[in-house]
Amino acid sequence: MNRKIVAAVLLAAAAGSALAQDKVLRVVPHSNLAILDPIWTTAYMSRNHGYMIYDTLFGSDQKNQVKPQMVEEWSVSPDRRLWTFKLRKGLEFHDGKPVTGEDVVASLARWGKRDAMGVALFTFVDRMDTPAADTFRIFLREACGFVLEALGKPSSNVPFIMPKRVADTDAFKQIEEHIGSGPYLFKRDEFKPGDKAVYLRNPKYVPRNEPPSGSTGGKHVYVERVEWNLALRDAQAQVNALVKGEVDIIEQPSFPLIPGLKADPNIVVYTYSPPLQYMARFNHLHKPFDNPKVRQAAMAAFAQLPFLQAQVGVKELYKTCASMFTCGTPYASSVGSDIQSKSSMKKAQELLKASGYDGTPVVLMKPTDLTAIDKLPDVAAQLMRQAGFKVDLQAMDWQTLVGRRAKKDPPDKGGWNMFLTAWQGPDIWNPIANAALDTRGEQSGWFGWAKDEQIVDLRNQFMRETDEAKKKKLAEAIQARAFEVATHVPLGEFDAPLAARKNVTGLFRQTGNFYWNLKKN
Amino acid sequence: MVSFLARRLLATIPVLLIVAVLVFLMLRLTPGDPAAILAGDAANTEQIARIRASLGLDQPIVVQFGIWIGNLLSGDLGESFYYKTKVATLIGQRLEPTLALATLTITIAILVAVPLGVIAAWRFGGWFDRSLMAFSVLGFSVPVFVLAYLLIWFVSLKLGLLPVQGYQRLADGFWTFLRHLILPAITLSVIYIALIARITRASVLEALGEDYIRTARAKGLPEARVLVRHALANAAVPIATVIGIGIGLLVGGVVVTESVYAIPGLGRLTVDAVLARDFPTIQGVILFFSFVYVLINLLVDMSYVFFDPRIRY
Repeated sequence: MNRKIVAAVLLAAAAGSALAQDKVLRVVPHSNLAILDPIWTTAYMSRNHGYMIYDTLFGSDQKNQVKPQMVEEWSVSPDRRLWTFKLRKGLEFHDGKPVTGEDVVASLARWGKRDAMGVALFTFVDRMDTPAADTFRIFLREACGFVLEALGKPSSNVPFIMPKRVADTDAFKQIEEHIGSGPYLFKRDEFKPGDKAVYLRNPKYVPRNEPPSGSTGGKHVYVERVEWNLALRDAQAQVNALVKGEVDIIEQPSFPLIPGLKADPNIVVYTYSPPLQYMARFNHLHKPFDNPKVRQAAMAAFAQLPFLQAQVGVKELYKTCASMFTCGTPYASSVGSDIQSKSSMKKAQELLKASGYDGTPVVLMKPTDLTAIDKLPDVAAQLMRQAGFKVDLQAMDWQTLVGRRAKKDPPDKGGWNMFLTAWQGPDIWNPIANAALDTRGEQSGWFGWAKDEQIVDLRNQFMRETDEAKKKKLAEAIQARAFEVATHVPLGEFDAPLAARKNVTGLFRQTGNFYWNLKKN
Repeated sequence: MVSFLARRLLATIPVLLIVAVLVFLMLRLTPGDPAAILAGDAANTEQIARIRASLGLDQPIVVQFGIWIGNLLSGDLGESFYYKTKVATLIGQRLEPTLALATLTITIAILVAVPLGVIAAWRFGGWFDRSLMAFSVLGFSVPVFVLAYLLIWFVSLKLGLLPVQGYQRLADGFWTFLRHLILPAITLSVIYIALIARITRASVLEALGEDYIRTARAKGLPEARVLVRHALANAAVPIATVIGIGIGLLVGGVVVTESVYAIPGLGRLTVDAVLARDFPTIQGVILFFSFVYVLINLLVDMSYVFFDPRIRY
């Protein structure tokens, strides 16, 4: 009898323990979470943290269409200068206070000082007000065509909605309080930088009724707790932990380890959608890339396939893409890309000879510690040398590169000529978000400081245009001009797969990783 | 002894000051901009400049140093650029895993290496001695991460005996705490076993050739007593020195092991801080390491009195 009781107690304890484990999702994020303010930085980890605890007015679905999220209904005046938005019922911050129009206005104002699209939008904004607690209005000086695209942008900086008292923080200071109205609550007391971040299910969150898609639709939470393991950063150790079942998801397993993961019957590898894009960026301020003909020669030398083969290696994970906007998204096209996509090394050599290139060495920065892009500079150096460039390939760690690329000094005084990087699809899928297409020279937002008045004019037209067909034409014109003056070089696209235990279901990915609608069986 | 202690403690002040100045200057001369790192990939130069100003990095180096040293003298190590948390808090959070790992590692190393070294010296030239020397060479030569992966593969993945990664605090239960530390401690202890065993062997071997050992044996003392009470006790000073250095290294230099086993210790904090050019954290951690080194050296020096009564301070 006693044995039976003991067995029953043990069984019950085991069942209870199993139940608890089912409710905890253990995740290895792609990087460390350090900054908890997703408006203050564009770091993807901060954005992903934002998606856990904040909600957005709009989102982008898996077909890249903007859909309402916190907004119930909205209208626009016939002259398209007055936008009125009404919030959904039942929206509540984690401290129990309702989400109001005032919170939204303060959040948008702060975001509009930091995000590239936000800054662009606020050049049109005359004022905002809140005629009712659940309503806010945006008054524009003149009509512009990207209000919803900006409010629904899925990647950094996402216009997350915070309580007014938090959003009133200076845009250049980090927020101190981490309260949102999103599907998870942030456990500040359990957050240990470099160790772990913990999120609890928000029991008061009211999901939309629509099915989930991208960053839109119903955000249903089926686990009680999500733990981000920030200490587990060795690629092989991550895989070991996933195989052993000590973690449930690896956000970004290393490419060479993916075949092994695919072979494990308990693990599923999911591909990322939309893909990421590699990019080479010139410094337009200094010789030799202050000369567009020299940039064109480099562009002609940069066939995409060698970069993809060297860096990714796994054939089903990469593809060439002739567009400067993410392939498969609304503005993607191959217009103007012949100079790169139909070029050859012979053509590159001819272009370089005709450019008047005087043999100035190209200072090419190579990050040795960032395995996601560390092979790209070697390929670039080799291709440029074949084309006739002199290349000074300088190895450094990524953070040195990040600091150095912000310098406008000449290359021989601590500056640079070229670096290579990768972008997530949503960051470059339209001409406003794509930082490399901001061509206002030294005023220009992004490193390399491209200058071209024609693109500036076309972008301004794009911002004002409200007709989708015309916007598409303008995007094509911008791309054609960008290829012509070689603002930068797209180097192909790749998927960065996610690996999960088989018992985790409901995974879907768009921008970063969303931890709602996941079940752990 | 008291005056020796007082002198040594006073001597730590200039040492720490020199370390503080050197670390501060070296960091400012190192390429890399914390503001650019913090701003993220899509930030522009204006945003980076504003962040730089908010961190005080736009001020002259002398002013920055003055502010930092002023805070330091009032006991404030500053706030991390990267984590927006007090450096002292960060060190406090990471201290337990590092101390736990260091303690277990050095305990295993001493318990294994000292007897092995004594036996090897006792059986000098025999198969045991040669085997230990071969093991020592292997222990020094095999990279820590290779050993870690092999142990994980066999003990955790094949046999399923211990966890692959992670750290559990002592407050979560002793057995859980220990289970997570066994593999990393074994991995780390191998090199220290090799080192301490070699030093023990050499020191005991030297002692075994002394007259007092011959006298002890002539008096008919059991061999075990001769070895432990007479040979090992007289050979203890260099062994204690090596153990002291080992503890110092373990507190600050187990980055690879912490990475492979995902232990959130001080080594990992240092690497993260260096990669992020988190100046206050690097400065604080290096100062802390320096203080620990000085303290351990002091304790080792004091231990000499215990091991060798002829030594007086």
